[in-house]
Amino acid sequence: MSDLKVSKISNGTVIDHISPGKGLVVMSLLGLDGSSKRTTSLLMNVESSKMERKDILKVEDRKLKEEEVMSVSVLAPEATVNIIDNQSVVEKKLVELPEKIEGVLECPNPHCVTNTDEPLDVSFEIIDKKPVMLKCGYCERKFTTQELDI
Amino acid sequence: MKKNLISINDLERSDIESFLSTASEVEKLTKRKASDILPGCILSTLFLEPSTRTRLSFEAAMQRLGGTTINLASEVSSVQKGENITDTGKVVAGYTDICVVRSPYEGTARMLTEKTKVPIINGGDGANQHPTQTLLDLFTIKKEFGSIDGLKIGMMGDLKYGRTVHSLAEALDNYSVEIRLISPDETKMPEHIVKEVGVEEETNKMKIKDLDVLYTTRIQKERFPDKQEYERVKDVFVLDEERVKEMKKDAILMHPLPRIDEIKPEGDKLPQARYFEQAKNGVPARMGIILELLGVEVNV
Ligand SMILES: [Zn+2]
Repeated sequence: MSDLKVSKISNGTVIDHISPGKGLVVMSLLGLDGSSKRTTSLLMNVESSKMERKDILKVEDRKLKEEEVMSVSVLAPEATVNIIDNQSVVEKKLVELPEKIEGVLECPNPHCVTNTDEPLDVSFEIIDKKPVMLKCGYCERKFTTQELDI
Repeated sequence: MKKNLISINDLERSDIESFLSTASEVEKLTKRKASDILPGCILSTLFLEPSTRTRLSFEAAMQRLGGTTINLASEVSSVQKGENITDTGKVVAGYTDICVVRSPYEGTARMLTEKTKVPIINGGDGANQHPTQTLLDLFTIKKEFGSIDGLKIGMMGDLKYGRTVHSLAEALDNYSVEIRLISPDETKMPEHIVKEVGVEEETNKMKIKDLDVLYTTRIQKERFPDKQEYERVKDVFVLDEERVKEMKKDAILMHPLPRIDEIKPEGDKLPQARYFEQAKNGVPARMGIILELLGVEVNV
């Protein structure tokens, strides 16, 4: 990995082994749109011994919370999450599909009450893992990750 | 015991059975005795879109139990003045002991269960659920045959978009019944429901002679991109006197109403016709639902 164009970070989170091309959606899922003022680097199509090509996302000074790690799994089930503290990896997590994802995804059903002005968080239940199927906790519709359009 | 009635998918067989048995017990009471059960109780109906029959049926149910009702009608609703449904729901439900919500937005009733303290009944949320209709359908079947298990049940017409038949199929999945789906290829039941509920047979022929229950729904013209195609299929699935007579003598013919011309009026007098009875059953079925959710037992 000596040819990496982005240097190591000292504090924060590195999400590794994201399927090539999925890095951008993982970014948007985590709300990393530039307004957070954190240095974020996305490497796309990096050579990988494990999976030929992969994306890597590095977020400085932000340690992903458990539910955020889990939500990454919906988009990038093979990703690994490394929490970095003082230049060293203090925690290495394999993402794992949770039973529920709250507050991060939006419901694609235009008639869903979550798409009105009501004050509520969308929650999805994972009803199938292969392929991933999610069910909106409000309108009860079922979606694949493609249909979730993230 | 359930506190809210939001979706058929939340219910196990035992939940369904308690709703149905409370309904059947309350139906046995004299009017006078029934009206002694909930005096002083108020039911609110929060209707963000009109559905006169559903509302009237709930009002009749609550009043038969001796309670009263207050209604927030869609045309005067504060929601139209910019207040959100959550706030309106909190206020209206807060005036009363139990609240029925009808909304074009799917998930509205579920949302209100998180925002209010009183039991919430889903009176229909868009294309999603209308669980009190499903319970009254099951109540009608059970009243007729004593038991739902072992029956041959056909569903006919618009099985693609019909919320009523989707819910009924899902509810029947709790029972050991034989389900036959009868529809033109254009309005077949969505595959995910067919898989989920275990259907014995799908056909585009009107195969109804051996059924115990035929549940038919209207095929809506708007659903067909090709109007000629609609004209062709709509007559294949019309039930006239002759067709109904083909059914078993003790079979029943159901329809959620309103019907347009999928069942000819001449069929109404035949022994199988049960759709007006079914509509009427909405009142005891909803009485049972109200009592179950309020945790009130019926003492016969
Ligand atoms: Zn939804």
